[in-house]
Amino acid sequence: MKFDLETVLFISLSVLSVVSAIYMITRKNPINSALFLILNFFTVSGLYLLLKAQFIAIIQVLVYMGAIMVLFIFVIMLLNLQFQKKKLESYSYKSLTSILLAIMLFGILGYTVYFGFEGKFKGMSDKALEIGTAEKLGAELFTNYSFPFELASFLLLAAIVGAIVLAKKKFE
Amino acid sequence: MLESYIPIIIIIVIAVIFGIVNVFFSSLFGPKRPNKEKLSTYESGIEPIGTAHERFSVKFYMVAVLFILFDIEVVFLYPWAAAFINLESAKMLYSFISVSVFIVILLIGYIYVIKKGALKWD
Repeated sequence: MKFDLETVLFISLSVLSVVSAIYMITRKNPINSALFLILNFFTVSGLYLLLKAQFIAIIQVLVYMGAIMVLFIFVIMLLNLQFQKKKLESYSYKSLTSILLAIMLFGILGYTVYFGFEGKFKGMSDKALEIGTAEKLGAELFTNYSFPFELASFLLLAAIVGAIVLAKKKFE
Repeated sequence: MLESYIPIIIIIVIAVIFGIVNVFFSSLFGPKRPNKEKLSTYESGIEPIGTAHERFSVKFYMVAVLFILFDIEVVFLYPWAAAFINLESAKMLYSFISVSVFIVILLIGYIYVIKKGALKWD
């Protein structure tokens, strides 16, 4: 393993990503969790950059760190979570099941990574280096893949209608 | 390719260090003489009413959701804008039509939003 810039960046970004994710799920104050989630999104955006997906990296910053985090914070304010004392869970085998599930998840992930990618990954192809830019993505998306693109608009339309229907009582 | 991001990495590192140094040294050297007035909540000189953890109106949430949805619409237009000038003329027309259909479908959603009064504030 050679320690060039890419390796150093990958290791530091992934460590930061995992650490911020752990901090996110262990904070008691939901706003603190939201801030760590922003840090996590940022590191994931850095990982996208390392994969030569510049457009997705920028969209990650614009949409996730910008818009979706605002939504999360509004949800936190809407739900009005106080600093709740941890209620005693009625389910008594909680830690046992969570440990078992974590081991199972780790096993599945390890199995997939070890046997699925072993010796099969031969570096990035030249096409993969190009497709991440907005120009190449646009040239493909709006000509050869225009049908999925139009489907995305229906998805967004459904989301608009759904959001309004869910909050409808407020407007009538 | 990655080398072109070195200036960005440098500026991120400098920004983080700048923030940490500012907060750390001002807490280190700043005088700490708290009194009751200083420690009370500052609300533009007005006596604070209730806690900061108020329940907010669903209208904020509606605006945020609709913002995200139309934000995603705009996100789809960035690669189109970047790619459009380099396309062949037949593909140019085709991509123009597909983007127009996309925008018209979302325009229906926008008209629905306006008709339902979802963005009205009062």
